[in-house]
Amino acid sequence: MTSALLALIRRDFRLAVRSGGGFGLPLVFFLSVVAVMPFAVGPDLALLGRIGAAILWIGALLSTLIGLDRLFGADAEDGSLDLLFAAPAPLALLVLAKALAHWVVTGLPLAAIAPLLGLMLNLPPAALAAVALTLLIGTPALTLLGTIGAALTVGLRRGGLLLPVLVLPMTVPVLIFAVSATNALIAGEPAGASLSLLLAVTMAAFVLAPLAAAAALRSALS
Amino acid sequence: MSQAEATSRPMIALANPARFSSLADRALPWLAGLTAVFLAVGMWQAFFVAPADYQQGETVRIMFVHVPAAWLCMFGWGVMSVASLGVLVWRHPLADVAAQAAAPIGAAFTLIALVTGSLWGRPMWGTWWEWDARLTSVLVLFLMYLGVIALRAALDEPARAARLVAILTLVGFINIPIIKFSVDWWNTLHQPASVFRMDGPTIHPSILVPLLVNAFAFTLLFVTLHLLLMRTELMRRRLRGLRLRAAEAAR
Repeated sequence: MTSALLALIRRDFRLAVRSGGGFGLPLVFFLSVVAVMPFAVGPDLALLGRIGAAILWIGALLSTLIGLDRLFGADAEDGSLDLLFAAPAPLALLVLAKALAHWVVTGLPLAAIAPLLGLMLNLPPAALAAVALTLLIGTPALTLLGTIGAALTVGLRRGGLLLPVLVLPMTVPVLIFAVSATNALIAGEPAGASLSLLLAVTMAAFVLAPLAAAAALRSALS
Repeated sequence: MSQAEATSRPMIALANPARFSSLADRALPWLAGLTAVFLAVGMWQAFFVAPADYQQGETVRIMFVHVPAAWLCMFGWGVMSVASLGVLVWRHPLADVAAQAAAPIGAAFTLIALVTGSLWGRPMWGTWWEWDARLTSVLVLFLMYLGVIALRAALDEPARAARLVAILTLVGFINIPIIKFSVDWWNTLHQPASVFRMDGPTIHPSILVPLLVNAFAFTLLFVTLHLLLMRTELMRRRLRGLRLRAAEAAR
């Protein structure tokens, strides 16, 4: 079963990298969101340094969700989703594999380039590491929660707008714990509680989101 | 008579939509009358019997609408969750009708709770909106109601819509306590509890009794509206079925 999951991860990863548009686009979107923020709040470096971590998190949240609407869409259109239904491995595990592959091409690069964008937002060095760490822990939860939305809206024409509407309210805990952990790390206060809660949300999403998404996929395409 | 209270036997009996409709027809006038009586008594008590608060003056009377609405906005999601279990587990034919009917009512009570809270906050806190834990979590709940309604609106096929909305509702049922807890935590992190709170045993009977009467009256209103909407929805679905059959016959 592990080999099937690895094969699926490898396939999704290759598809994302080789077919145009998938890989890198969320990063460009992330960069764009961060780039327009200073226009909205003004080029005040002191202010940007204070809210920079929050800007990076909002940017990561939006780019994760925007990229998710095609997670199952392409597979549903070309029929490979039916093959996944028929596979001996449980559908929830396959969904988890797809979510992981998606996270590797979106969430992981987001966390990796966040420190660079943080420099542009005048974040102190401690904050750069803090944002990267919380993004590393928190973005899997965003991807997994988004998987539920992607499964619910698969095959819908207006799915692109509906998905963030459905998923954004659910991401409130992730955002709260991530930003409070980041702020605690920046201020040099103990951040263990926030980080643990963030990790707890991610782990809970790890277990529950694939089950819900698999159920939604079966209902959506039956 | 929500799906929640029905035990297994009445549930089987109610699986027949025609029987449910006739039962609803008979129950609705009584329910509506009872709701009107309790609402009248509740409002009379709220406006004339309950004393004005020594600190808040007359504005405290907003509470008699605000608190029942806030209780019903959570009750509404509870009804939807039980109905969703009915859709996914028991495949009860009326469960999806119940879930669909509860969504707009729950959303309306959530909006009422938000608006009255805002109106109350203006004289009390000096601001229309405070990013207080309670307000924020109710706002998120409102967004989730809108999400459920939007998802149903986006799906054309009723059977598919029923199951997908049920899944979303149950995901929300797990998520809402987590969101509530995290929002409480988020708020207390930034500012200690300085906010006026209604709960606790400190509440005086002269206010508590009208509050309970109003809570009961609004719950009755919820049940009446729910039953009414369910009946309407059943008729709409039957109409849709008839139209589809007519269209097929015409081909």
